[in-house]
Amino acid sequence: MNTVVEIKDLRVEFPGRDWRERPKLAVDGLNLQVQSGEVFGFLGPNGAGKTTTMNVLLGFVNPTGGSASIFGVDVREPIARQRIGYLPELTYYYKFLNTEELLRFYARIFSIPRAEREKRIDAVLKLVELETARKRLIKTYSKGMQQRVGLAQALINDPDLLILDEPTSGLDPVGRMKVREIIQRLKERGKTIFFSSHELGEIETICDRVAILHEGKLRVVGRVDELVTQYQCNLENVFLKIVGFQPPS
Amino acid sequence: MNNVIAVAGVVIKELYRRKDFYVLFVMTALITLVLGSINFFNDDHIVRYLKDACLLLIWISSLIIGITTAARQIPAERESRTIFPLLAKPIGRAQLISGKFFGCWMASGLALIVFYFFFAIISASRDHSLPFLAYAQAMWLHWICLGIVIALSLLGSVVFTAPSSNSTISFIVVAGIMFCGRHLNGVAVNIGGVRGDIVYVIYYSIPHLEWYDIRNFVVHDWGTVPWTACLGATIYGAMYAGLLLGAAWLIFRKRSLTT
Repeated sequence: MNTVVEIKDLRVEFPGRDWRERPKLAVDGLNLQVQSGEVFGFLGPNGAGKTTTMNVLLGFVNPTGGSASIFGVDVREPIARQRIGYLPELTYYYKFLNTEELLRFYARIFSIPRAEREKRIDAVLKLVELETARKRLIKTYSKGMQQRVGLAQALINDPDLLILDEPTSGLDPVGRMKVREIIQRLKERGKTIFFSSHELGEIETICDRVAILHEGKLRVVGRVDELVTQYQCNLENVFLKIVGFQPPS
Repeated sequence: MNNVIAVAGVVIKELYRRKDFYVLFVMTALITLVLGSINFFNDDHIVRYLKDACLLLIWISSLIIGITTAARQIPAERESRTIFPLLAKPIGRAQLISGKFFGCWMASGLALIVFYFFFAIISASRDHSLPFLAYAQAMWLHWICLGIVIALSLLGSVVFTAPSSNSTISFIVVAGIMFCGRHLNGVAVNIGGVRGDIVYVIYYSIPHLEWYDIRNFVVHDWGTVPWTACLGATIYGAMYAGLLLGAAWLIFRKRSLTT
């Protein structure tokens, strides 16, 4: 298996708002590898450093120390993002564009040839079931539809690695089911998926391996079935034990 | 270059799908037409006042379009979070800044073509002449000036988080340069000493936007500015726009963007 994502001794510190405030350590010495073709769940309570790590992988935040690479390319190089698709937690797209125009714009950034571009747009719109709404302005879409536009834009370049930040957050059960189905289909097609979620049941059914982050540090990483066997409980309880949550007696 | 063109295309689409340009154009046209319908004091040269008023409105409208469009680019992308899916693609921050600049500049250029076409019609219908070269030169210099103004506003858009504060500051700076820029060397001579030297430094470091305002040549039919001067002003404008965009990139390239 090839290593798709490699994070070595990653450290991210955010400066304080003024000189009196100490810098905030968001990620502390993180080491992680994601292999080709696996679905990797990135878990942790709010503020654990999941989104910061994803932001480093996407080049939004520069690490204070350590390094991160995607397909062997340093994440600070724009070319590292040529083979990835990213779905942010909250998806807002240009309100004055319709879905087709938005996808065409993103396809141009990936330098997809014009003839292929239209085929790709048709294919992703079919996959996310938005073919009939392709000419509608995105601002008229429901939240679930906007999330599917997000998935469509993440898939426009037929990426080898998908980075999904809480892809089902805020969706109704039908919306969640649809997004989960799409992730499942991508998994069957051999795509590498790196995603964070608070839906542990969802993680348990979809993911091959998980990593649990707490207070910026990696607490555990391993196969879901192995963790469940090791801790003798389901993934939710594994998670609660690791983050030190004591249920009320 | 492909990325720059793609980003610029979205900025142009934004301009023509927003109402700003249409409102400003209709207001300019209405005010000019109302002024044109009245003949004050039976003045034979009233057409000059009309041309002057129309050109002033075009300058104000174009500055509003250029500054407000450029000022909101980066802050609006961050506020609406559209910057995240965009920068998650193989596009560099320098390309994003360049694309935003070219989009705003092209969009304001398209707006200028419409405005100057309207001006030419009004002028030809009243003056019975159409000095095409003079109008084209005035429009070209106006467009170069807008290039500097847009680069300045884009620099502001990576420094200030609120588009409104950036627009206000950009308007004050541009108006200050246009009204006071040409007098600064005179002020420096009068003050003298170290303070005079400081004013001189300001005089030589600010982009002299007033050089691009050749409304008097158009209004009084003085013909065209020498083409060598026009070329010099174009190079000078390109150099300033490049410096301002470079500064914008230097600030933006290391900035952390947190989702």
